[in-house]
Amino acid sequence: MASDDGADDLRSDAAAGTRADVGALPDIGRREAGGWLVPAAAALAFAALPLVVSPYAQDLIVRIAIYAIFALSLELLVGATGLVSLGHAAFLGIGAYVTVLASGDSGASLALLVPLAMAAAAGYAIVVGALSLRTRGVYFIMVTLAFAQMAYFVVHDTKAGGGSDGIFLYAKPTLAIGAQTLLDLGQRLPFYYTVVAVLVLTYAFIALLLGSRFGHALAGIRVNEQRMRAAGFSTTPYKLAAFTIAGALAGLAGLLLAVKDGAVNPELLSWHESGAVLLMLIFGGIGSLRGAVLGAICFTLLKELFQSEALLGSLASHWQLTLGLTIIAFVAALPRGLIGIGARLRGVRAARAGAARST
Amino acid sequence: MTTATFLVQCLNAVQYGLLLFLVASGLTLIFGIMGVINLAHGSFYMLGAYLAFALAPWFGDWFLMRLVAGVALAAIFGYLLEWVFFSFLYERDHLQQVLLTYALILVFEELRSLAVGNDVHGVAAPAWLAGGFHLGGLMEYPWYRVFASAACLVVALALYAVVNRTRLGMMIRAGASNRDMVRGLGVDIRRLYRIVFAGGVALAALAGMIAAPLSSVYPGMGSSVLIICFVVVVIGGIGSITGALVASLLVGFVDTFGKVFFAEWSGVGVYVLMAIVLVWRPEGLMKRGF
Repeated sequence: MASDDGADDLRSDAAAGTRADVGALPDIGRREAGGWLVPAAAALAFAALPLVVSPYAQDLIVRIAIYAIFALSLELLVGATGLVSLGHAAFLGIGAYVTVLASGDSGASLALLVPLAMAAAAGYAIVVGALSLRTRGVYFIMVTLAFAQMAYFVVHDTKAGGGSDGIFLYAKPTLAIGAQTLLDLGQRLPFYYTVVAVLVLTYAFIALLLGSRFGHALAGIRVNEQRMRAAGFSTTPYKLAAFTIAGALAGLAGLLLAVKDGAVNPELLSWHESGAVLLMLIFGGIGSLRGAVLGAICFTLLKELFQSEALLGSLASHWQLTLGLTIIAFVAALPRGLIGIGARLRGVRAARAGAARST
Repeated sequence: MTTATFLVQCLNAVQYGLLLFLVASGLTLIFGIMGVINLAHGSFYMLGAYLAFALAPWFGDWFLMRLVAGVALAAIFGYLLEWVFFSFLYERDHLQQVLLTYALILVFEELRSLAVGNDVHGVAAPAWLAGGFHLGGLMEYPWYRVFASAACLVVALALYAVVNRTRLGMMIRAGASNRDMVRGLGVDIRRLYRIVFAGGVALAALAGMIAAPLSSVYPGMGSSVLIICFVVVVIGGIGSITGALVASLLVGFVDTFGKVFFAEWSGVGVYVLMAIVLVWRPEGLMKRGF
């Protein structure tokens, strides 16, 4: 059965290719330069910015921070576990839609909305994960994309989802004890600080997770799943757990996005969003949590720049062209992302030093 | 549901399925042989539809000539695109292939918008295929749809013959089962890649040209087809042309009858089918062979 073996070869080739490529990247669990100082300084900077910047810029920063949470959730899959999902926007969209639907006309408490949005996204992630993890490599990419499209059709075509126009969020969520309102996300500054706090917590949570036994198991799966299985790990539950946690965190980002925009529409679940968040990861540099945040910042700013008529004039209406060409140039020139520039420079310097020594 | 309606829906399902097959077979061949996941494959379908629209004034009533010219142009385009772009993707990992071809979609969409604008355009079916035949009672089935099915069927048979009966087909099959061995045996693999890619583009563009009078020509028409084709490839098994044919027809029937029975939830049916196949046979219906 030569053709049989051939097909198997092809499949395992494809899988091995992905695994080896991701495995060759820097170890995500390892301490990055500066330890906690750099993220802590960045968090302080985020927190201090409203004091100096305009409301428009604050709005932009909130969007960046929400996309950073979204990108971090995907990093758990792509960078830490080596699973390239092209359907992550589904979980963002489900979190956002559940938030709006559960808020109704009168609004709802965050104590209800946060668990609800995360549980709904996690619920769909368990189902999609259980099915798509039966495949690997390029199949996995296609299957996750297809299931995200299914969620897209559900909100796009059914009455409950509000059709292609989406739904408005009439009342922003609050958090209250008795009659005392602790937090009202309808106000600008409290919302700003809530988003920054969620970003910090998400970052810390994923960093702790990756440092734990669970995180090491994920790293093992990324580098060599065969060996992990031989070592007695049942790898599928680990991958499914990572997929579900990533889905839940994306749902949380979706909640924040729905509150920020005050509306949801099916485009949130579109595969353009799924592709965009993957781009953020590769812009920043896969295999690094900082890279995910950096990538979210760069990608959002870049898109803002290309769409800005004030800066680019008539070229702004063709932003897809400029963005597309930039992506091609970027991925071709810097496959390791912005975080990789430092390593590359160090490599060049070391090579030069080596050359100088040998002459 | 009367017998006549049922028959019409069956014919529609077959026609849709065969059209999907033209796009999906190129996608599955390109992945099977070059190992490239190509998100931009839907853009070639769009290219075909827009070619049908753009070439219409030039060819007038010469409908078949228009198809041939469009396919030839698309094949040349595919050949060049493989040369300047896709040949650089083979050594990259899947994630980068996804992102680079994603960027390519953005570029194609914008170029399309620059060239022909964002309006929806209709493309007329040729005069000699106007009208339809009667299927009991008041039901009439358009001749153009019959032509579309027949044309796709002829192309599918031709594809089968090329892959299974010719020297080129032998190299394609060998390339799909073991790339390195084929290279080692002295086959010019770069040329083979270029031909297969150009063929895939031509097939997708032909599907777009045939579909243009049925569905009209509109922005973003490539992406919906692309995702359905991914479903077809997953159901059929990557690299398998027979699998792609079986899966396309299955998807055609599920989608068409889904629309009849569950109007609002019809978009979901195809994905449920994929979920069932994933549970039953995760490697696809036709795991191996062509």
